[in-house]
Amino acid sequence: MQISPFTFSFGQGLARLGAFLSLTLLALALGAGCKKKTEQSPEGGSANGSAPARKQSIQNIGSDTMVNLAQAWAEEYANVDPAISIEVSGGGSGVGIAALINKTADIANASRKLEPEEEQKAKASTGQTPSEFVVGFDGLAVYVNKSNPLDSISLEELSDIYREDGKLTKWSDLGVKAIPGARSDDIIRVSRQNNSGSYQYFRETVVGKKNDFKSGSLDMNGSKDVVEQVGKTPGAIGYSGLGYATPDVKILKVSKTKGQPGVVPSIATVHDKSYPISRPLFMYTPGAPTAAVKKYLDWIMSDAGQKIVEKTGYVPLPK
Amino acid sequence: MATTFGETPFIRKKRRDEAIVRVVLGLMALAMVVPLLLIVGYLVERAWPLLSLDFVFTNPTHGMREGGVWSALLGTLYLVSVSLLIAAPVGVLAAVYLNEYAKKSWLTRIINLAVVNLAGVPSIVHALFGLGAFVLFAGMGRSILAASLTLAIMTLPVIIASTKEALAAVPLSFREACWNVGATRWQTIRGIVLPNSISGILTGVILQVSRAAGETAPIMFTGAVFFKRIEEGNPFAYSLSDQCMALSMHLFTITTQVTDAPKALPYATAVVLLGSVLLVNACAILLRLRLRARKKW
Amino acid sequence: MNLPPAPVAGTRPLSVSTGSPRGPRRSRAAVLGESVLEWVIRLCGISAILFVFGIFFFVLREGVGFLFGGLKLGEFFFSTEWYPTSLSNVRYGVLALIVGTFSVTGLAMLIAVPFGLGAAIFVSEFCSDRWREGLKILIELLAAIPSVVWGFIGISVMNPLIQEVFHVPVGLNVLNGALLLALMSVPIMVSIGEDALKAVPDSFREASLAMGATRWQTVRRVLLPAAKNGLLAAILLGVGRAVGETMAVLMATGHAVNIPKSPFDPVRTLTATIAAELGEASVGSPHYQVLFIIGILLFTITFAVNLVADLVVKGTAKG
Repeated sequence: MQISPFTFSFGQGLARLGAFLSLTLLALALGAGCKKKTEQSPEGGSANGSAPARKQSIQNIGSDTMVNLAQAWAEEYANVDPAISIEVSGGGSGVGIAALINKTADIANASRKLEPEEEQKAKASTGQTPSEFVVGFDGLAVYVNKSNPLDSISLEELSDIYREDGKLTKWSDLGVKAIPGARSDDIIRVSRQNNSGSYQYFRETVVGKKNDFKSGSLDMNGSKDVVEQVGKTPGAIGYSGLGYATPDVKILKVSKTKGQPGVVPSIATVHDKSYPISRPLFMYTPGAPTAAVKKYLDWIMSDAGQKIVEKTGYVPLPK
Repeated sequence: MATTFGETPFIRKKRRDEAIVRVVLGLMALAMVVPLLLIVGYLVERAWPLLSLDFVFTNPTHGMREGGVWSALLGTLYLVSVSLLIAAPVGVLAAVYLNEYAKKSWLTRIINLAVVNLAGVPSIVHALFGLGAFVLFAGMGRSILAASLTLAIMTLPVIIASTKEALAAVPLSFREACWNVGATRWQTIRGIVLPNSISGILTGVILQVSRAAGETAPIMFTGAVFFKRIEEGNPFAYSLSDQCMALSMHLFTITTQVTDAPKALPYATAVVLLGSVLLVNACAILLRLRLRARKKW
Repeated sequence: MNLPPAPVAGTRPLSVSTGSPRGPRRSRAAVLGESVLEWVIRLCGISAILFVFGIFFFVLREGVGFLFGGLKLGEFFFSTEWYPTSLSNVRYGVLALIVGTFSVTGLAMLIAVPFGLGAAIFVSEFCSDRWREGLKILIELLAAIPSVVWGFIGISVMNPLIQEVFHVPVGLNVLNGALLLALMSVPIMVSIGEDALKAVPDSFREASLAMGATRWQTVRRVLLPAAKNGLLAAILLGVGRAVGETMAVLMATGHAVNIPKSPFDPVRTLTATIAAELGEASVGSPHYQVLFIIGILLFTITFAVNLVADLVVKGTAKG
């Protein structure tokens, strides 16, 4: 083993490491300093030279129900206005609104209305009243496995399945004799984690605002997860966005009360409000939107933006 | 094997029992290894239709239903390199302290205990720490920097442990020879100890990279985002104060939230993640084997 | 300082390129530089202690307000009702989550301990050198699989498999999570267990074999008792790993607040609850603080487990 040459290069390496470290520390200080997220893309000159040196970014955070949609918008908008970069993240409506209150979001996506308490908090934190924009609609569909013979259900029955003191626990109570492939008569409830807009909206319209869900449901992490799980579990029932249907599941017709004819969720039934579990999708800005945000929101509400709503499986605004 | 003594039934039974035990224990060991091969094989098989270089180097598009994993992969690279830059010097120097400076005392004992405990802290608790300390308290916001710092602290014990082992493998006589010609402690470390243990240190560093690349929980709340559009082919597309996508988080997202994607997409993402982690680990293993073959003392 | 003993005399002469004798030729800057550097090294040395305390401090800091101001500890530990976002009756009982964590961990250990120790004994005592190298490499690679990949395997592969094989209605359950955790914690058991067995002096083995004992008799009567503490530590470290695991259990156990009655019931763990709900909770809200308190609980559990493991190992060193 030769030591001397090794030693030399190692000493140099160490010096370089030191320089690197101090650079890191510098970057650390800079990173902590610049909280405002006007990012710089270094060496922005791409081959076609179209990318500008400075990009403004819009933080768009919130509802998981809307995250697909928000992301499709963000992606398409990059072709409309390349100077703006839109950062989308999900996590639930609560996350978005929390981010709005914490001043980390420029636009919060929410699949439910802002609670008055949240509006107060936002006002206290930002000093402005949040502005609300309806950007589309969503029908919350009730899914069962495709082998389930049931095809209609009422809001009361749904509530009795999901409510904390609800009595419906067996498929036979609903008149379903046998589900091929199901290993038991138990209704397996698939739900969402308690921060999601879907969870809170389902509680509001089906379970009852003052009630709680029965413990023991499978609380999935995303809208897709719910449908996937129902598709893999013959005895399951779940609720999720209309746009998430797959060939493995069946969408149930829903009636307001038992005995009434069930309504299939569709663009028409959501618009005329005959489908009982549909809701508007909101975007909130901390105050009056800034120019760039305003331009983005206008584009979302335009025909081009609304076409994407339809393409992603949601319900566009009525014309 | 020929037996010198006559085979009594007792000896035969003993030998049979021994063989049975060997087979049973061997099967137990295999039962731990077979899943690895099955898993890798199955994932690759399901991912096959999508696997290509294009998949690695294009951005996810169409609501993450099409395209590849580039922006997530690049994000992971950023997180890993920044966390490495922080963890490697601190970890190596900590190991140098423990092995070369510290005397056997209560302090050393507590440090060693702290290293073990740091390794044992659940990843989600590291996430809480990163959120509380870096994102909120230090005011870094959710950013690559905050996430990398969290990862760095989480993976520090990996580097400390393997560096310590590498340093301890350098014979004391090497140091003594050096001290005898008048070198100071640090000169000895720099001139003799570190160069002679560099391969072992590198192994630890590589293992840190592999660990950091696979983690999801610590970055979920400190810097990883659901989606971010970046320029393809530009390796400087993120900056330290940005949030970024990450491969592990991307796999979680498309498994739980993205619908209508081709069946192979999550599998292909898993294969890219698993492939890069296993590749990095394989490097560490090769380095170690080579080092062992070359070692002369 | 755990340096190896000094080797035989006659190592080749060494030359040190940078090492000049201590004395007037060393510049003051060099001496100063070195002492600064030594302080940096000392600081790095104690950094692990600082970080452990830092983690405890910052996690506690976020949750302490609610821990001493509002949280009912009785309810927290002994109620199974976890309704952090209820609009009518907020309840923060984590008993079901604790039971969930320990049921998954317990079952995982039931699977992992025999296999892990069996594999450790095989690798250390029964195997040729070449096999040992190969097995150890594969086990090391097994340890490298990221937990989110395990979770993905749990959702997409094990879920239908468990439904099929055991004829149960839900595939995301205790068993699914436990199988994943077993595979994840076995590598650490094998490597620590093997170290413990290797630490038993060869003279023990030789004495036993010379008495005419078979290898297995040697293992059972001599090695296992001698390596008892090290093996116990291996198991404890496996337990620590399993308790703290997040992504795999988040995806594979079904995430249902539920006291399991069989291995086929879905459950929810402490770690998964934090991962699923932290994103939503607005900073400083009671729900957010409770999640940090759960973090402290987890920290305490794993700290205790690791501390006991360490004491047990130190016990070996003494004995």
